Amino acid sequence: MTRLAYITIGTAVFLLSSGIASGFERFPPPDFESGYVQPSPTTPNPRQDIYEYIDVVMLLAALSLSSYLVLRKRSRRAILALCIFSLFYFGFWREGCVCPIGAIQNIALSIFDRDYAVPIAVMLFFLLPLVFTLFFGRTFCAAVCPLGAIQDLVVLRPVSVPEWLESGLRLFAYVYLVAAVLFAATGSAFVICRYDPFVSFFHLSGNFNILILGACFLLVGVFVGRPYCRFVCPYGVILRQLSRISKWRVAITPDDCIKCRLCEDSCPFGAIKEPAADWPAHDYNRSKKRLGFLILLLPVLVFSCGWIGFAFRPVTSRVHATVRLADRIYLEETGQAEDTTDASSAFRATGKEVKDLYAEALDIQANFGWGGWLAGGFVGLVFALKLIAVSRRRQRTDYEADRAGCLACGRCFDYCPKEHVKRKLAKETISER
Amino acid sequence: MMAENKNDINRRHFLRRSLWAAGLTGLGAAAGFLSRKTNARNTVWQIDPEICVACGNCATYCVLEESAVKCVHAYAMCGYCRICFGYFGPEPHDINEGAENQLCPTGAIQRKYLKDDDPYYEYTIDELLCMGCGKCVKGCNTFGNGSLFLQVRHDRCLNCNECSIAAACPSGAYKRVPADKPYLLKKVDHA
Repeated sequence: MTRLAYITIGTAVFLLSSGIASGFERFPPPDFESGYVQPSPTTPNPRQDIYEYIDVVMLLAALSLSSYLVLRKRSRRAILALCIFSLFYFGFWREGCVCPIGAIQNIALSIFDRDYAVPIAVMLFFLLPLVFTLFFGRTFCAAVCPLGAIQDLVVLRPVSVPEWLESGLRLFAYVYLVAAVLFAATGSAFVICRYDPFVSFFHLSGNFNILILGACFLLVGVFVGRPYCRFVCPYGVILRQLSRISKWRVAITPDDCIKCRLCEDSCPFGAIKEPAADWPAHDYNRSKKRLGFLILLLPVLVFSCGWIGFAFRPVTSRVHATVRLADRIYLEETGQAEDTTDASSAFRATGKEVKDLYAEALDIQANFGWGGWLAGGFVGLVFALKLIAVSRRRQRTDYEADRAGCLACGRCFDYCPKEHVKRKLAKETISER
Repeated sequence: MMAENKNDINRRHFLRRSLWAAGLTGLGAAAGFLSRKTNARNTVWQIDPEICVACGNCATYCVLEESAVKCVHAYAMCGYCRICFGYFGPEPHDINEGAENQLCPTGAIQRKYLKDDDPYYEYTIDELLCMGCGKCVKGCNTFGNGSLFLQVRHDRCLNCNECSIAAACPSGAYKRVPADKPYLLKKVDHA
């Protein structure tokens, strides 16, 4: 016992004085003479590449099938079945990563980081849904996205969200997209993945807070259809814009709209637009003035939000580990903090110069500076365009699915009497008036 | 009036069609640009054992309940010591396999006396018990040869897009490595 203590203390004193270098041969490995064979460490292989390509093929197949079901077959039941399949395949079987939503960040990082290249499967996961949306509308959201699928299954008692609230809350998704790109491009964090509320369900384990967040989203989702898709999803923001100009689109009725109003309340996501007349004359003049004012406001908003993004760089840049470390080291160097953290002692063990760390942190902060201008400016532009959009009025004669907001779930199909006629479930007795 | 309306629709159609063409071209351009920065190889997370400080975050931050990180033993670097600083706690009661003497909180390191090669002892990791806390790694690095080190075990790792442990790693030891070379094993430098 005492001997061991002596050895321990002796070695400790000797070795600590020589630094904590790893791979140090303090005790030369023995030469075995008895024929003892040294075991070697096992190296179990990761998931094989072939599975990644199978996933891409499955994505392509699911997107094609979804587009066919939404635009040609027009069967809610089939869409729901594909939805459940996608939830199990892309969610529970594949366990979520990498998903098109998260791939935004990989793409952003690869554009700005010279040393980072995205694997081809990740690039395809990002691009395929975009291409399909440009042709067929948001059929990816309808029945392929596992995050959408898990929410779609819990829409039980949907309430309608007022238009102003819907538009207002949706702005969050734009801010989220911009923040995700900013943090990914600067190599700080993948916030979309970090705060993905459903990935813990797919893993069947995970961070407790995120599990709670996911449970909250599902609970809210019982009453407010697909809250993540509508108000948070950053990929949805991109899909909305592409869906606006898509070649084909979801039609509520397979025939001419007879304005029977039966579909009016069928959409749990508030994406059905009712017929609207043009502005009355006096409203028209007033709104013309307002539009002029808002167009003048646009550059002001862009510039001021850009400046806010720039001015907040000391805050935003702290998401980057190097900046946090530099802050900490600065506190320790100037005596404002007495203890050390794991990160600061790890840094000191490397023997790197504090000066170099500060320089690196300042570099990163400068990136956050102009990144803040771009990100803030973009958010300002979105705000301004949103204001302009709500002060415009479009003439519409039929009940239509909103191009941007329609998630192509197909719930409204069954509400259209013309659909019943087409499927020969009802006789052609419904007239125009 | 009719004609004007018709024109209106045509103008809108024309606008949409040109936007659509622009969108398609944009996506094509994006695909072209991105494919220049695309790597055919998939990547996986791994710990660089030369940078790792064995802080213990690997055991707690993994999204899996039982971390995907385990201790790995580079036998060729091991001194086969009787008194192993990765095996025994700082103040052991005795130099034997008693649980109270061990550093490992789960008893995942097995110590075997090599009777044909006196006075050497072989240490093996029972991966079913190891939880990747790195206590032994710290002990071995500080006082021994540093033959114990942490690695992401790819039979367990889910390969999350953002690794939760990487985000919590104080030394930046996590990196993405090509999936066909998924381990960064410590090697002997002399042999």
